[in-house]
Amino acid sequence: MLHTDFELVTRLRGGDEHAFMALVDRYSGLMFRLARSHVPSAAVAEEVVQEAWLGVVAGLDGFEGRSSLKTWILRILTNRAKTRGERERRTIPFSCVYPVDEDDGPAVDPDRFQGPDGRYPGGWASFPETWPEERLLASETIGCVRDAIRALPARQQDVIVLRDVEGWSSEEVCAALDISEGNQRVLLHRARSRVRDVLEGYFEMATVAA
Amino acid sequence: MNRPGAEITCRELVELVSDYFEGRLPDPVRIRFDDHLALCPGCVTYLQQMRTTMTLVSRVEVLERRPEVAALLDAFRGFGAGLSSG
Repeated sequence: MLHTDFELVTRLRGGDEHAFMALVDRYSGLMFRLARSHVPSAAVAEEVVQEAWLGVVAGLDGFEGRSSLKTWILRILTNRAKTRGERERRTIPFSCVYPVDEDDGPAVDPDRFQGPDGRYPGGWASFPETWPEERLLASETIGCVRDAIRALPARQQDVIVLRDVEGWSSEEVCAALDISEGNQRVLLHRARSRVRDVLEGYFEMATVAA
Repeated sequence: MNRPGAEITCRELVELVSDYFEGRLPDPVRIRFDDHLALCPGCVTYLQQMRTTMTLVSRVEVLERRPEVAALLDAFRGFGAGLSSG
């Protein structure tokens, strides 16, 4: 067990409410986001987070430190979220709430590249435009990124949030989401590519409007 | 411009960007990736856009949804009581 985890778990087992609340504050936002990608509504996601914390409390005594504490907590969360997501989808038409996972598409629309008869087959048909520096940090732009992430298939959302928002390592992400390293790489690349694509459309619209 | 068959195309390059950033490309592929970038302003822009995308993603705030703390604390106290009595 990690030294810091060991200390924390010891405090939790000793009934340290401060330590427990600090843990709840630290991970609940992230847990909500992860839950949200599996269930149809924010309200259900909140319930899943609540259930997961109860699961953490119930399981504390049995935590053996084979994974880090945060990985263990996130696994409890994703298991509950998946179970709940499956239950919800049985009662609501599948296509309404849960987009099909599109994990395999190309990073960029094939139409953006020259065909076999072009001067440079597989080369850009026209180069991507440079993005307007001054707009990059606008809150509207960040909002666009947030919406783009929310629109991703659930597993891509999980991976990009953990890797690029939370800054986890790929090893940690694989452990928490129970996916292979190769799968993690594909999901991350699809997710980033898709968000870039949405941003490109957003800046093009902004340029036209200006 | 000399374009032997071993070169990677723009269409191939865009699939390798995340692995390139993480230093996961095997050396021969990375060298061809860098060679391509040296000649292709379109892919340089694309790479820049992917870096910008990652930076912007990292700035998205995690939504704060505080759970029902009272119920959790109750459960936590119950857990503690269970330990001391058991």
